[in-house]
Amino acid sequence: MAEIMVEAKAEKLTEVLAFLDQELESAGCSFKAQMKLEIALEEMFVNIAQYAYPDGEGSTAIRVQADGTAREVTVTLEDCGIPYNPLERPDPDTTLSSEDRPVGGLGIFMVRQSMDSVAYEYRDGKNLFTMKKLW
Amino acid sequence: MTIQKIQENNNLTIKLEGRLDTITAPELEQELKGLLPGVEHLVIDLTATEYISSAGLRVLLSAQKTMNRQGDMLVKGANEVIMEIFEVTGFVDILKIEEA
Repeated sequence: MAEIMVEAKAEKLTEVLAFLDQELESAGCSFKAQMKLEIALEEMFVNIAQYAYPDGEGSTAIRVQADGTAREVTVTLEDCGIPYNPLERPDPDTTLSSEDRPVGGLGIFMVRQSMDSVAYEYRDGKNLFTMKKLW
Repeated sequence: MTIQKIQENNNLTIKLEGRLDTITAPELEQELKGLLPGVEHLVIDLTATEYISSAGLRVLLSAQKTMNRQGDMLVKGANEVIMEIFEVTGFVDILKIEEA
């Protein structure tokens, strides 16, 4: 398992994704799964960067466990920000016309759709979000 | 991300190379803001686009809303991953997509 700790700021996205790519590439992850994982990690990381620490700065730990034999990867994001369960957010109505659709609210929905499983837990003052993808 | 613009009369083609993500989507939004007035036919060429996150979808939806009022918009060249994103988010029904 590999881990990085970064400031919870959207500007750190490139660094976060480079870390993920390195782990996925050394495990031999498929290109398609890699793209989906990058999108999912971006959505979750940016969400933390924007909302977890309304009163100041904080950090996020990101852990990647890629298993090339089981062809499975687990990504965990951990922050000490305000308790927030992204999975409680209602799904957007994807059937509305372009005029009626609000611009936004799609990020977490995309993560739920593209991962094989997602889980949230608030433990010891920390938000823990885990997503799993098979390839 | 590289944004290439080809403008001819009321036709504008935007070619996006790289990732349309949280960091690059605001650049595209800014470009479109300046370029869209007067455009009747907008083509977004995604042939060289790797992926689109929700920040990118927001910009595409805004562009579609603008073009609904002044002409039309066509999205082309989307790869398999991007097509799947359009499908799960219902964007296939909102955007006019020419399949690669």
